[in-house]
Amino acid sequence: MDLDLLSRQLIDRFQHGMPLCAEPYLEMARVLSCSEAQVLACLQRLELAGALSRVGPVFEHSRAGASTLAALAVPAERLHQVAERVSQYPEVNHNYGREHHYNLWFVLTGPDRRHIERVLEELERDTGLAPLDLPMLTAYRIDLGFALGENP
Amino acid sequence: MTAAQALALRRLLEQGLPRVSRPYQALAEQIGTDETQVLGQMRQWHAQGLFRRIGLVLNHRALGFTANAMLVLDVPDALIDEVGQRLGHAPGISLCYQRPRRLPQWRYNLFCMVHGRQRERVEAQIRQMLEAHLLSDLPHQLLFSSHAFKQCGGRFAPLPSGVPAHG
Repeated sequence: MDLDLLSRQLIDRFQHGMPLCAEPYLEMARVLSCSEAQVLACLQRLELAGALSRVGPVFEHSRAGASTLAALAVPAERLHQVAERVSQYPEVNHNYGREHHYNLWFVLTGPDRRHIERVLEELERDTGLAPLDLPMLTAYRIDLGFALGENP
Repeated sequence: MTAAQALALRRLLEQGLPRVSRPYQALAEQIGTDETQVLGQMRQWHAQGLFRRIGLVLNHRALGFTANAMLVLDVPDALIDEVGQRLGHAPGISLCYQRPRRLPQWRYNLFCMVHGRQRERVEAQIRQMLEAHLLSDLPHQLLFSSHAFKQCGGRFAPLPSGVPAHG
């Protein structure tokens, strides 16, 4: 999508951090010299265009609970069906098809490690496919935001 | 704030802040407390490191970043921290994690994410990055995404007892 100036400013300025106060949208409007109504309308436009998934905290996996990256090698003709099964779990947040023998990759989150293991065991029973379970050991970079102009 | 209210607040936060003038007031009403309590709890969680950040969470595919690649490398264990630090700080890398090998199925122990607009440019960028760091000889693969089946925030907070975790 093409971004208007206010959208770009909102993304660049508040992707990594927004004010934690009673009226955050008003404070964001002050920083960008516009009105609170314009900020709220702009966020609404971004959401309707599919560009904004939400506003608010991104939880730190290691503090908030347990998580893992899992992968399945799914026969091509079953990929969509198995992907749908995987996506049904509220514990799954990212679920991507990738070009590889292991062609379905998803992130599982839950309150603790045992919970994650139960979901993986259930998926293996349901699909007959053995998931790779690849929990993070060390984070060398965790920045989830990105600059609009810098990437190729 | 009670433990049950704090848990309810976390579950609401995982879905994002309401987009009204006083979002914390709106959350407070939903869990039966007041805005001051909710803001106090938020500041405490923030100080404790429960949040990576509070801000706009974007869907990069809708913004044109459709060439989403996962670079995986098989790095000798003795070098993993050095290579991880170097690639983690290379331009264009948005995530860099060490994960366990699962032999014999999976040999790769370092994962980097790159989001770009064009596949060829992402491939060239990664090739140049590996050459610049003299890492081209390490076994590695580039896994481009072919389809995004689901993308949303993590759900960490346990459901209240009695509610099934998934249907």
